[in-house]
Amino acid sequence: MLRQILASAVIAGALAGVLVSGLQAIRVVPLILEAETHETSGKTTGTVATAHHHDVPASGHRHENGIAVTRVWAPEEGLERTLYTVLTNVLTATAFALLLTACYALSSDVDWRRGMLWGLAGFAVFHLAPSLGLPPEPPGSTAALLHDRQIWWFGTVAATATGLALLVFHRKDIIKVLGVALLALPHLIDVPQPDTYGDMAPPELVSPYVVAVLVTAGVFWVFLGALSGFLFHRMKDLK
Amino acid sequence: MRHIPSVKTLPSTESLSPAAKAVPVLVAALLGVFMLYGVGFAGPQVLHNAAHDGRHAFAFPCH
Repeated sequence: MLRQILASAVIAGALAGVLVSGLQAIRVVPLILEAETHETSGKTTGTVATAHHHDVPASGHRHENGIAVTRVWAPEEGLERTLYTVLTNVLTATAFALLLTACYALSSDVDWRRGMLWGLAGFAVFHLAPSLGLPPEPPGSTAALLHDRQIWWFGTVAATATGLALLVFHRKDIIKVLGVALLALPHLIDVPQPDTYGDMAPPELVSPYVVAVLVTAGVFWVFLGALSGFLFHRMKDLK
Repeated sequence: MRHIPSVKTLPSTESLSPAAKAVPVLVAALLGVFMLYGVGFAGPQVLHNAAHDGRHAFAFPCH
């Protein structure tokens, strides 16, 4: 069974990662590059809107207010940066696919249709719910401290996944109510917010970015779910 | 002549007991979470720079 889970996840993740790279190239990546042109060096007060690695020259290090800033490796602009983004997408898609196929193994029977529903659930868990508190941010956005946002993101994903599972798979009403409560919980507690406002990314750019990221993620999840469900079903004889 | 089991006689995944499923499911889930953390959330600047556009595009908290 492990081979069935791993093989279907790796193949689905690779194909979905390549597909999402193509989808991102239409709107998302151009908006990221556009947002970077509005970034300036330095930090905004009390928040983490920061300039990027792209601002540091290739000479090894620079000096800023008398402080040496060492250059950390970053992919070169152009093809190298694109290839690293594709690699990131393939690895991320494979990670998501592993979580999906682990669920398929616990489920009674999964094909591409069921897989598509699981993909929609993945979209709700990993994108829709976190975006309610932390909308997708182009570079240069003003945001709360990274660590706080990451903890909230993981907590929201865990609560949403558990809440959905209780709501869908349990028969007792009281458990279903508990599931709904878990879905709502992350949004009722303190969502990390910036201390100050003042994005370097123009508002005219942020809204299209949010829509582009969520639509791209939705298409990605439906494809990943359907493909991983199809492959998992076809590989049922793998031990 | 030695008996060679055919593929068809192997138990299908659906007939495995919950206990037999537990290990592969846990392995896959932990591997998935580990990969997700490494690509989308790990702190080292080099990893961040390599995965930068992907992190933004998947709406993971970045910077």
